[in-house]
Amino acid sequence: MNLSLRLRIFGGFQPYRRALMVFVGLVISLVAFLRPFQADAEPDSTREYLKKYNRPLSIPFPEDNRYSSERDLLGRTLFFDPRLSGSNWISCGTCHNPGLGWSDGLAKGIGHGMKELGRRTPTILNLAWSEAFFWDGRAETLEKQALGPITSPGEMNLPTNKLLDKLISIPEYKALFHKAYREEPINENLIAKAIATFERNVVSGKAPFDRWLDGDNAAVSAEAKRGFIIFNTKANCANCHGGWRFTDDSFHDIGIPGEDRGRGELLKEIPSAQFAFKTPTLRNIDRRAPYMHDGSETTLEAIIDFYNVGGKAKRPSLSAEIKPLNLTAAEKRELIAFLKTLTSTDKPVEIPVLPR
Amino acid sequence: MLRLILGALLAPLCLAGSSMAAEYVVVQKNKAFSVAEITIKRGDTISFKNEDDVAHNAFSTSKEFSFNLNMQLPKVSTSVVFENEGTIEVRCVIHPAMKLIVNVKR
Repeated sequence: MNLSLRLRIFGGFQPYRRALMVFVGLVISLVAFLRPFQADAEPDSTREYLKKYNRPLSIPFPEDNRYSSERDLLGRTLFFDPRLSGSNWISCGTCHNPGLGWSDGLAKGIGHGMKELGRRTPTILNLAWSEAFFWDGRAETLEKQALGPITSPGEMNLPTNKLLDKLISIPEYKALFHKAYREEPINENLIAKAIATFERNVVSGKAPFDRWLDGDNAAVSAEAKRGFIIFNTKANCANCHGGWRFTDDSFHDIGIPGEDRGRGELLKEIPSAQFAFKTPTLRNIDRRAPYMHDGSETTLEAIIDFYNVGGKAKRPSLSAEIKPLNLTAAEKRELIAFLKTLTSTDKPVEIPVLPR
Repeated sequence: MLRLILGALLAPLCLAGSSMAAEYVVVQKNKAFSVAEITIKRGDTISFKNEDDVAHNAFSTSKEFSFNLNMQLPKVSTSVVFENEGTIEVRCVIHPAMKLIVNVKR
């Protein structure tokens, strides 16, 4: 169609120009013809697995806390304000540092008085889609989670009443709250809602894996592609780390030695909740060491070895999904090559000028 | 579509007359219960069937009626007789997205 149109239009030109146009037309048609096939160049089995990893098109916000840029700004301001702590020295961003994958790079978090906490600081990446919060899932929404670390004596150590008094005493906060929620006076629900709004916007960008999924077959190596298949088959990773966030938010005892009962502290009578912790996302995983809820594994290689032997602590509560994998050395390398394709190069995060 | 097909399984497998207890099937598939809500009568049974490749653990801590099915491996069905009236929230210990409301009427 295109080609005959070109020939008619350029029919009166010298032969060599006509030949050139025919050639250009052919190239254009060929490119257009081949383009849809590029995305299908992977085997059907691979494409079947890839389908399960499509990124969502938009961020979900709850009915009673819709997105607005004013709410996002207020939340961002609160998130990075160290005055939300008893010492005026620890902000949410101290532990959830955007430069360190929204965590702190430590085996266990450090709270009020420089005291080490019991668990590793989880990343806040992609929480808008999460079903449960904290390692033990004790909060069901981001709004319910947000004030936990602020008011916890061991963490930021600022009780709710003191938090409110302090924010009310900072004059420039008044306008920020008003623009965001048009509700007076400043109260703890608004603080939680604003922080949750900001956190919902913390989404990892497109990684090489996503570009591969979009049809760019050169975006990841052949080794990583083999790793993706192992991830979905022999290694069983996708049973829990499935979907575009690479987690289903499920709780498992994966066999990490220790006394911390995790979700079992909440569900004391339920055997399968003992020593169970929330499955974390694998997005940007190679920038977020150390790993596990207690930071006990320091490298991706160590993680794969851990799962390959079916966990270290064999307890009655051990998840049914955890069993020896018999991975070969090559398969382990392929898995790690794949995991490294999940890292996005995101823009640096802006820290707002704080109200005075 | 899958939800629709699974929902059809909820048609009570009636044992006999209206006064007798009925048995319902709720399927656990793709880390979801086949229905979000179900209304049954006191004394009716729900059979929880695991059609996933992963283990589940349905339970409830509702004050009207609590139970725990413990770790339920793939292909396994476990029945629960709902003995008390009320609105009972059933969850999976392992998968927090799984939620089922059971309305138990007189």
